[in-house]
Amino acid sequence: MDALILSLEALLASPFMRHALLAGLLAGIACGVTGVLVLQNRLTFLAGGAAHAAYGGVGLAFYFSLPVLPCTLLFSLGAAALMALLVLRGESEGQRGDAQDAAIGALWAGGTAFGIILIELSPGYSGDLMGYLFGSILTVPTADLVGMVFFDLLLLGLLFFFRQGLWALSLDKEFAAVRGLPVRRLYLLLVVFVALTVVMLIRVVGLILVLALLTIPASLARTFCRSLYPSMALAGLFSLLFCVAGLVFSWFTDISSGASIIVVAVAVYLLARVMAPAR
Amino acid sequence: MSSALSPALEIADLSFSHSGREPVLEDVTLDMRTGEFLALIGPNGGGKSTLLRLIVGLLRPCSGTLTVFGKAPGQASANIGYVPQFSGLSPDFPATVLEMTLMGAAEPCARGGIWGRDRRARDRAHAYLEILGLTGLAGQSLSSLSGGQRRRAMVARALMGGPENFLLHPDSTSPEFPFLLLLDEPTAGVDAEGTFCFYEFLGKLRGGISIIVVSHDLFMVSPFFDRVAFVNRRLTPLSGPSLTQDALAALFGRHMHACPVADMQHALGGRHLSGCSHPACAAGLQTHNPEAAAGGGPGSALGRVDGEVAG
Repeated sequence: MDALILSLEALLASPFMRHALLAGLLAGIACGVTGVLVLQNRLTFLAGGAAHAAYGGVGLAFYFSLPVLPCTLLFSLGAAALMALLVLRGESEGQRGDAQDAAIGALWAGGTAFGIILIELSPGYSGDLMGYLFGSILTVPTADLVGMVFFDLLLLGLLFFFRQGLWALSLDKEFAAVRGLPVRRLYLLLVVFVALTVVMLIRVVGLILVLALLTIPASLARTFCRSLYPSMALAGLFSLLFCVAGLVFSWFTDISSGASIIVVAVAVYLLARVMAPAR
Repeated sequence: MSSALSPALEIADLSFSHSGREPVLEDVTLDMRTGEFLALIGPNGGGKSTLLRLIVGLLRPCSGTLTVFGKAPGQASANIGYVPQFSGLSPDFPATVLEMTLMGAAEPCARGGIWGRDRRARDRAHAYLEILGLTGLAGQSLSSLSGGQRRRAMVARALMGGPENFLLHPDSTSPEFPFLLLLDEPTAGVDAEGTFCFYEFLGKLRGGISIIVVSHDLFMVSPFFDRVAFVNRRLTPLSGPSLTQDALAALFGRHMHACPVADMQHALGGRHLSGCSHPACAAGLQTHNPEAAAGGGPGSALGRVDGEVAG
């Protein structure tokens, strides 16, 4: 028991861990807000596409020695907007959803391949790539934490300003369109939320695992809440809890932190699914 | 406002087809006075819902013209209340019935959309929910509602977009602005008594706001309508407000016969009354009588009714 407490003290004393917990908290805010919107608007696949296409941005940054974060952000925004426009065009032409899914899939794979090719062609390729695939929450530099604060404030500000429009879109896109709301622009705004969150989360859990943190906390929170904003807050809290539990798990088992966080999240999700009464 | 003088709806030579496929609607022409209460009937797949989606601006006509209160469909959103047949509503969305109802008054703005959530708006929403028999459910989450309750909540939501004083007090004032209420199967999943009360309420609004209802279970409430039109790719106006047995026979053919009430009446030497609301009659189209199909007039639509199931 003493050994355990000592070990936990050591964990909290570790500067890595303090940064990691802070990063978990900041990621939780973004995941709560964006995750609920992604889930309600059935954008999970698009979010996955945006996350992987972001890899192309990482490749560009490596190849041309550009700053990674802005480069990834721009690339991810562009790819996500392109996917959203394809979805909107398909919908207005009355296409079935699978044609749009195929287009997202192509962008998903294409963006990733583009990134890998550029990284392989980069002079002095360093092998830091795994950090972008699986995240490096233990080595988040202070500058990135500041960046995450900025992203969170931006997301919360956008949510506050467009709250009723986004609410209407998420509840019933068709009815919102009938009332004359600018659903296309609001849909594109949602995609901006996705891209911002994805780029921010790449540092924490990596792009492979972005989907889990966007969907699992939100889908758990939805079962407990009757209103949108409380469910966002609860989803954020779940994200934070998964990060903390995952980090503790990783500390004691020496399993990599990003994977640990997701293992915890998936385990809780499965448990909740099994325990929940069938609806 | 010039639109007060414009007809509620002017449709001329309208045709619609999904990209390159068989036309869903062809040469549809329809004029509707402000304040009229119109019922659209017809078989499934006949284009009734498509016509409503064209009116609200979710679809664009391939040819022909369509105006709502003198405006293009996309421009008239503030004057339209719409209850779709299959809603885009996410039933799992974390929101209460009251929150969804309030959203019915949404208007476009620079922030994407805005609607009132103050005391006055909430009182109004509660009043509509009460009219629709949902008193006490306002604070419930959407996911806890049954299908029929959800549909009624959607009607309350559509009413929120309408003229406030008139909808709450139809006797006292004329509406503040022209309003067209479009209801696609509004009483699906509602029991007979609820259906009657609902149409009774709509009947009170007649003359103030304009209403189009698409439904299959109109037989017992037909006195409330000003006009009935039959939609099956083309639109055929029927004379008079009531659905007589002859009109039904002209549209759907005489049954051969799966309705026990009518069978009994037949055995007793009586006529099958138009008031019969037996599901098999309401569903129509059991077997067609060739003599009715050859009848011409509105019955010429019958060729296309064959082989389709009116549900």
